Parts: sequence; C-alpha cells; structure tokens
Amino acid sequence: MKKIINNPENYLKEMLEGIYIAHQDQVTCVNDDLQCYVTKNKTPGKVGISTGGGSGHLPLFLGYVGDGMLDGCAVGDVFQSPSAEQMFEITKDIDQGAGVLYIYGNYNGDIFNFDMATEMADFEENIQVTTVLGADDVASAGPSAPGEKSTRRGVAGIFFVYKCAGAAAAKMYDLETVTRIAQKAADNVRTMGVALSACVVPRVGKAGFSIEENEMEIGMGIHGETGIRRGQLESADQITEEMMQQILADLPYVEGDEVAVLVNGLGATPLDEQYIVTRKIDAILKEKGIKAYRYYVGEYATALEMSGVSISLLKVDEELKPLIDYPVNTPFFKQM
Amino acid sequence: MKFTNQEGIEIVETIIACIQKNRDYLSEIDGAIGDGDHGINMNKGFTLAKEALTGKENMSTGFQIISKMLMSKIGGSMGPLYGNFFRGLYVASKQHEEIDGQIIGEMLDKAYDNIKKISPAKVNDKTLVDVLDPAIYAYHKEFDASQDVNKALTEMVGASQAGLEATKHMVAKLGRASRLGERSKGHQDAGATSAQLILESFADGCKKLLR
Repeated sequence: MKKIINNPENYLKEMLEGIYIAHQDQVTCVNDDLQCYVTKNKTPGKVGISTGGGSGHLPLFLGYVGDGMLDGCAVGDVFQSPSAEQMFEITKDIDQGAGVLYIYGNYNGDIFNFDMATEMADFEENIQVTTVLGADDVASAGPSAPGEKSTRRGVAGIFFVYKCAGAAAAKMYDLETVTRIAQKAADNVRTMGVALSACVVPRVGKAGFSIEENEMEIGMGIHGETGIRRGQLESADQITEEMMQQILADLPYVEGDEVAVLVNGLGATPLDEQYIVTRKIDAILKEKGIKAYRYYVGEYATALEMSGVSISLLKVDEELKPLIDYPVNTPFFKQM
Repeated sequence: MKFTNQEGIEIVETIIACIQKNRDYLSEIDGAIGDGDHGINMNKGFTLAKEALTGKENMSTGFQIISKMLMSKIGGSMGPLYGNFFRGLYVASKQHEEIDGQIIGEMLDKAYDNIKKISPAKVNDKTLVDVLDPAIYAYHKEFDASQDVNKALTEMVGASQAGLEATKHMVAKLGRASRLGERSKGHQDAGATSAQLILESFADGCKKLLR
C-alpha cells in the first residue's frame, strides 16, 4: 500500500475533517457526526435530496451536496454503506416541509440502510421519503424485465440523476415531480467502464485483486467488481469503440437522439487520456447521427487509485435539457 | 431445563468475546473473496456494544444494545442484517423472566425472520442464510422430537457447521463476493462464518446456564 495517510483507522475521519475545514462556508455536519454531511444553504419549502454511500469515490457522493444539486449525504467508511441512523439524522435535518428524495446506488448495504431510514422517517417524524436508485452499469448485469428490480450496480451515471433532480428541486417542483424526473434520468442513463489497475482499501492494506501491467478489464465496477472481459490493453480508440457499442445498444440510443456525455476518470488516469477518449466518443456519436448536447469530462466518480475511465450517456429531451443546463455551486462541482 | 433472563447476560458476553477473539480470522476469510474487512467491522460493532453495557442489563436488553450498536454505528450490509438478528433475539425474549427451550426456539425464529424481512438471500446464495436456515431447522426438529434443549442446541451447532462447510462449494449470488462469480467457489463465506460463530457461542452460553 502506497498512500499519503496516517493510521488507516482514521482515514475517513481525517478526510472529512479536511473537507469541513476547506469548505466551511458551504457545508456542515449534523449532531457533530462527521459522517452526516449537509449543506448550510437551506431553502424553505424545497424538496430535500439526500444521497449516501461508501467513501473512496470522491467527488461522489458528498461532492454533489450544494446549490442546485443535493442537500445531504450520509458518508460511509471506504466502500461501505453508512448506517440507517445517519441517513435518518440527515433526513430530519434537510426536510424543509416538502419531503425528501433519496438517490443512491443499487447496492445491498445501501438499500438495507436507506430502507430502514425511510421507515424511521415515516414512523417517527412523518417525513415523506421517496427513492430513486442509480443502476446504470451496463456491464454489471443484463437489463431487468419490466416491473422487476434492477440488479445492475450504480456507478458514475448517478451524476446525471443528481443533476436533473437537483435542478428540479431548486426550481421548487414538488416531491412527486422531482422523483419522477429523477427516475426518468435514471431510466435513460447507461454507463460502462474500463480499469487498468486495482485499488487498495486503506483499512485492508492490500488490493483484493490484480490487473497485470499489459492488461485491462472492460466493465469492472468501482469497487473492483468483475467486468465482462479481461484482455490485453488496447488503444484508446479500440477501448472507446467497445464500450460505446455496448452502451449504445443497451438503451438503445438511436439516430436523432440527443445525449449528455460524461467521461469520468476513475482516480489515476490523467485528464489528457480522458480527452483522447472524448474525441473518439464524439466521432462515434456523429457517425451514428446522435447529437452530443453537452460534455462533462473529469473525475466525477472515482475508485480510490484505480486507473481507467467510464463513459456515461444520458438521453435528454426538452424536459431534461434545461435541468442539465441549470447552474450548480458545490465545493466539488460548479456549473455556470 | 431453563435459566433466568437475568443470568442470561452471560450469553451476551460470551458472544461478544467470541467475535472479538475471531476478529482477524473473520477478516482473513473475507479477504479471499470479499473486502477483507468483515472482522474489523464486526469487532468494532461488538466492542462498542461491550462498552455500552452498564452491568444492569439482562440477556434481552444486552441483545438490544448489540442490535442498536450494529444498526447505528456499523452500516454496510452486516450492520442492518445482524442488527435485525439481535433485535429479534431481544424482542422474542424481553417479556420472559425465565428462558426455556420453547423460548429459545422463538428467539431463533424471530431473529432469522428479521433477516429474511430485509435480505433477498435464499439458501444456496452463499450467505449467512446458509448457516442460519439449516441450524434453526435442526434446533426445532430435535426439540419437537425430544423436548431436550441441550440436545437441540447440539444439533443446531452441528447443522451450522455443516451449513458453513457447504458454502465453500457455492457460487456467491449476492454481496461483494458475487463479483467473482464462479471464482468464489472453494472459499467459505465470511458472513456465514460469523453467523456460525454467533450461533455456536449462543449455544455454549445457553448450555452453561441451563439446569
């Protein structure tokens, strides 16, 4: 393990202390629990939006708490769901009388805890809570049948769900509408990633798997979950081609569609390389007659020191476009 | 054969000590196909529970404290799963001053039902259910037949060990280990391992008190 840390047991606490120091003008915690992260800027009557999940993915998840996006985030230890009680405390704090929407990734631990928090909010505080899950990773499972729960993992595409729902809440839409819009974004986003190296959970101290120097794994998850194909490292264009083929066929995205594109670095891949991938994505979209409405390029959902990228596409329409364009100001993400 | 709820606090202490003792073992098991942190998390939750015990608890309220600590401080999948399990042990026993084989059976049922309520895991998915399901079934089978609580607990422990062993040959369908698919075969499941330890130390604790 080669990391700039102190005692691994203090990793989460010390990371959060740093964030609260650097961004004290915008965020704070509830009841002195550093893991209950909320915005300082509350708007009466606005639908509250909370997320949560394990650490190790910055700027996901807490980085999207701020104006125009989310109101709170329960922060778990590295790659581990926070507790139901922490989610409940945040829910009470951010509720402004209009109810609360939970948006989080489709993982068992998070589901158990958020479901319990939903019950607590309902029974103990009479706060109405709705849920939309991010389940955008095309590589993680096949599509679910209508009415069935998705078994796909949530990855970087959740950014688009936050973006649309956050803008809808900022426009003071009601809980039902914000939830519908979040679900619509979740239904129309697809992601696939490629990993070139493993990541190390600090409290464990060594990687749970390895990827050889000349290898890559297409479809690997953001905790190192097995992907769909491991093989020799290929060129940026070849890798992009393979991932785009899978993504485009899945929704499917077809000629005449408009998409917002997120090119996401997994933690150790230079922006340079992310832009090389972006260039190829644009060529593929042009060839297919799909219009790129807006590009986001950079680190949006990382996996500690993993190197690799993911590509997410969101199909946009006249309802989602203005929400994508809505301004955002969080400590980790700004859009004019 | 029975013991008092008041005396039963020893069972709570036995289970806590067992998890603390097996901290590194559980992490090592988890390291093969999971994150390698199961022992760290379990030890954290049970140690917090130990620190929260005031000395005034009986068995039921001791289990309640374990439940609360797991639910509020641990997170992950195991926090809510075991939190609900121990809440079941608490709820099914809290109104009884004396604990006999019948009530032990009800406690086990309630604890397992609480897990089934939140988890989609089925037998053969390579999870703690593969220990709990056959073990609790074995308890009832023996107790219904002989009304001998000691024998029933022995049967339960035997079935829990067999259930744990069986997870080695299963392919993980849920949780972090499921990322490995077929490659998860050959390793026993970490959650099933801790479930087996909890059932065995629960049985040991009961047997010491039953008279």
